[in-house]
Amino acid sequence: MTISADHTAPGQTGQGRQSPDHSEEPRNEGPVAEAVRKFGITAEDYMLPARHQIQMVDQHGNLKPHSEQGAEPGHEYPLPGDEELLAAYEQLVVGRRVNDQNSALVRQGRMAVYPSSHGQEACQVAAALCLSEGDWLFPTYRDSVAVMTRGVDPVQTMTLFRGDWHSGYDSAKYKVGIQCTPLTTQLLHGVGVAHAAKLRGEDTVVLAMCGDGATSEGDFHEALNFAAVFHLPVVFFVQNNQYAISVPLAHQSVAPSLAHKAVGYGMAGERVDGNDVVALLAVLDRAVKLAREGSGPLLVEAHTYRMQAHTNADDATRYRQDSEVAQWVARDPLTRMKTYLADKGLLNDDGEARIAEKAEAVATQLRNGLSEDVPVDPQDLFKYVFSTPTPQLKEQSALLADELAREASASASTNPESAK
Amino acid sequence: MSTVTSAANGNVSSATARAAASAAATAEATGPQPVTMAKALNTAMADAMHSDKSVLVFGEDVGMLGGVFRITDGLTKTFGEQRCFDTPLAESGIVGMAVGMAMNGMRPVVEMQFDAFAYPAFQQIVSHVAKMHNRTKGALKLPMVIRVPYAGGIGGVEHHCDSSESYYAHTAGLKVFAPATVADAYLMLREAIDSDDPVMFMEPKKLYWSKDMVDVEALRDQHAANAEAGTSTEGRAAVARPGTDATLIAYGPTVPTALAAAAAAAEEGRSLEVIDVRSIVPFDDETVCASVRKTGRAVVIAEAHGFASVSSEIVARVQERCFHYLAAPIRRVTGFDVPYPAPKLEHYYLPGVDRILDAVDDLQWED
Repeated sequence: MTISADHTAPGQTGQGRQSPDHSEEPRNEGPVAEAVRKFGITAEDYMLPARHQIQMVDQHGNLKPHSEQGAEPGHEYPLPGDEELLAAYEQLVVGRRVNDQNSALVRQGRMAVYPSSHGQEACQVAAALCLSEGDWLFPTYRDSVAVMTRGVDPVQTMTLFRGDWHSGYDSAKYKVGIQCTPLTTQLLHGVGVAHAAKLRGEDTVVLAMCGDGATSEGDFHEALNFAAVFHLPVVFFVQNNQYAISVPLAHQSVAPSLAHKAVGYGMAGERVDGNDVVALLAVLDRAVKLAREGSGPLLVEAHTYRMQAHTNADDATRYRQDSEVAQWVARDPLTRMKTYLADKGLLNDDGEARIAEKAEAVATQLRNGLSEDVPVDPQDLFKYVFSTPTPQLKEQSALLADELAREASASASTNPESAK
Repeated sequence: MSTVTSAANGNVSSATARAAASAAATAEATGPQPVTMAKALNTAMADAMHSDKSVLVFGEDVGMLGGVFRITDGLTKTFGEQRCFDTPLAESGIVGMAVGMAMNGMRPVVEMQFDAFAYPAFQQIVSHVAKMHNRTKGALKLPMVIRVPYAGGIGGVEHHCDSSESYYAHTAGLKVFAPATVADAYLMLREAIDSDDPVMFMEPKKLYWSKDMVDVEALRDQHAANAEAGTSTEGRAAVARPGTDATLIAYGPTVPTALAAAAAAAEEGRSLEVIDVRSIVPFDDETVCASVRKTGRAVVIAEAHGFASVSSEIVARVQERCFHYLAAPIRRVTGFDVPYPAPKLEHYYLPGVDRILDAVDDLQWED
C-alpha cells in the first residue's frame, strides 16, 4: 500500500479518498519500510539525514575509511566506479575552465553578467552526471556548468548572459529547463514535469536545483510538499554555498541543516560534502535510483562554497573575510580529486594533458562564440509572445518596421557612402 | 455530436465514454433548454477531457466536492482521480505544477478558488506562464488554462470579490477571456483549453447560476465546426444588443447590467448598442470601434477600479482610433478606486443601471 495521498499509484486509483481508515495507513511504505526492516531504524531515522554529512574523499584527496564516511544504517552509499569518477574529474576541469573563461569574458565586456560556480563544480557535475537520458534537469542561473555537463552546447548555454535572448537552447530537446532567475519557481516546474511523466507511466526522474537562500522562498515549500503528496520522482538538490548574495545561511534558517527540512514533508534528506564529487555522485546516484524505483521525492543538501562574488557586480569583501575564503580554497573540489585519482593510478600526466586540452577547446569555443557579433532581429520581439501574433502585436511590429525603415533611409541619404 | 466523435478517437474506455455521455445527456435533451453558466463550464471541461486524454483538471476542492462553486462537479467520478484531483492548498504550487505539466505534454486546467486567492500564484503567472513561450523562442508552449471565479455582487466577504483581470491583461503573453453568457462560457472555455497559449479564464461568479436557453448539442457542433474552420470567439467581441445612439462597452459581470441599462434607455427613446468584449486579450478593436464610429458616443462599464484598468485601456484605444467620430468624451462607469467593499456596501460600489444611464445622459446630447 502506498501513502494515502498517492492517488496516482498503480492499481490504487481512487482508493486513498474512499478508504475511511486511510489516515492510519503507514506513510511512505516502500523505502521507509524497507529501511526499517533492513536496518532496524525508525521511519524518522530513515528520513532524517545521517548524523554527519557524507564525505568519502577528504580535502587532501584521501579516501576515508568507510566508518568515517558518515554512513549509517539506512544511509549507506557505495563508492562510484572508477570510470564514472574519471569522467566526473574531466567535467570538473572543463567546468572550472568554463567558469574562469566566462568571468574573463565579462571583464572584457563580451558578456553582460556571469554568476560563476567557481568552487561549486563538483555539485554542478554530479547534478548532471547522475541523470539518465530521459530525465530532466531544472537549473538556476548559477548552474551553467551543470547545463553544459548535461550536453547542452556551451555557447547556446551562455545566450542568457550574452544578452541576445533569454534562453539559447531547446529545453524540450535537452530535457533541461531554462536557467531560472526567480528563486525556486523552477522546482514546481520540475514537480509538474515529473507528475505528467508519472501519469503516463514513464520512469522519468527530475533533478531540481536551488541554493541555500532559496530555501526561504514559499515555492521551495510548495514544491517539496506537492512532490511528496503526489509521490513524485523528484530529487531536490540544494547547493548550500553559504551565502545568498551577501546574507549568510544563519539569517535564512536556524534548522539543524537544510536536509533536515525533508522530514517535515515526509521525504528522506541527506547532506553531503559538496566539494567531494565522489560522495556527491554516490548520494545523488542513489537518490535518483530510489526515486526511479518509486520512493517518492528526496532532498540532498550539498555543503559547498561560492569562492567568488555573486556576480561581477558584487563585492564579496563587504560581507566576508579573505581568511574564510582561504579555508574553502583548501577544500577545492578539483585538487582533491586530482590527488585521489593520481594516487589510485587512474590519472597520469598524459591523462591530465588530454583533459586540459579538452577544457581549453571548450574555452576557445566560448571565446569565439561569445566574441561573435550575433545579429538580432527586432521582429523577433513580436514572434514569440503567442502562437499567433494578435492584431495589436502585428500593428506594433509594423510600427517598428516602419521606424527602422525610415531610420535606414535617413541614414542612407545623409551618408550615401555607407549605403553602398 | 462531439461526444460520439471523440469517443471514436479512442484513448477513452467505453465505461468512461458511457459515463460522460450519460452525464452529458442530463445536461441537455434536444433543442434549447435552460442551462446555467456553471453547467456550461462543467460540460465544456467534461467534453474537453473526453476528447483529449492530456486535459487534466486540478485545484483546491475540485475533486470529490466538485469545487466550492461545483463547476468541476462529477469530473473526478467520470474521469478518475488521475484526471481531476485535489491538490495541497497552495496556489503557486498549483500553477507552478501546471507549468511543468504543460511543458511535458499535458493540457492542465486549474482552478483558483477565488479571484484574490490567486495572488500567491502571481509570480508563476507573470514570470513563467506568460513568458515561457517567449523565453524559449517558441520551443516550449504552455497550453494551460487558469480558471478564476472573479468579481463581486454575491455578498461575499473580503478577498472573495476582486476584479483582478487588469493585472493579467497588463501582462504580455497571457490571453484573458471573460464570458458573460452561458453559450460563450461553453465555447470560450473549450477554445481556451484548445489554445496552445496560456489563458486566464475569468468567470463572473455572480452569473454562475444565471440561465440561458441553450442547445448544448448545437454548441458542441459549433465548437467542432469552428475548430475545423480555424475560427473562434478569441479576439472577437459580440454585439449583445444592436443600437444607434450610443455604445455601451462591457465584459463579464457588467454585460447583463449594460443590457438592463439599454432596455431602460429604450423605454426613454434612446437606442443603445451593447458590446460584449468577451476576449479582453486579444482585444477586438475592430468590432468595438465599428460600433463607436457608428454611434459617436460610448460608455465603458467594468466592475474593477477604473484607475489604470482594462476600462481605461478600452477608453484609450477607442479614443485613439475614433476621435473624429466622437460627439462626446468617452465616459466610464467602474468600481470606485477603493478596496472591494463589505457586503452591505457593495451595491454603492458596483456599476448599476442608474449610474450607467447618468453617464449616457452626460454624453453631450444637446450639441
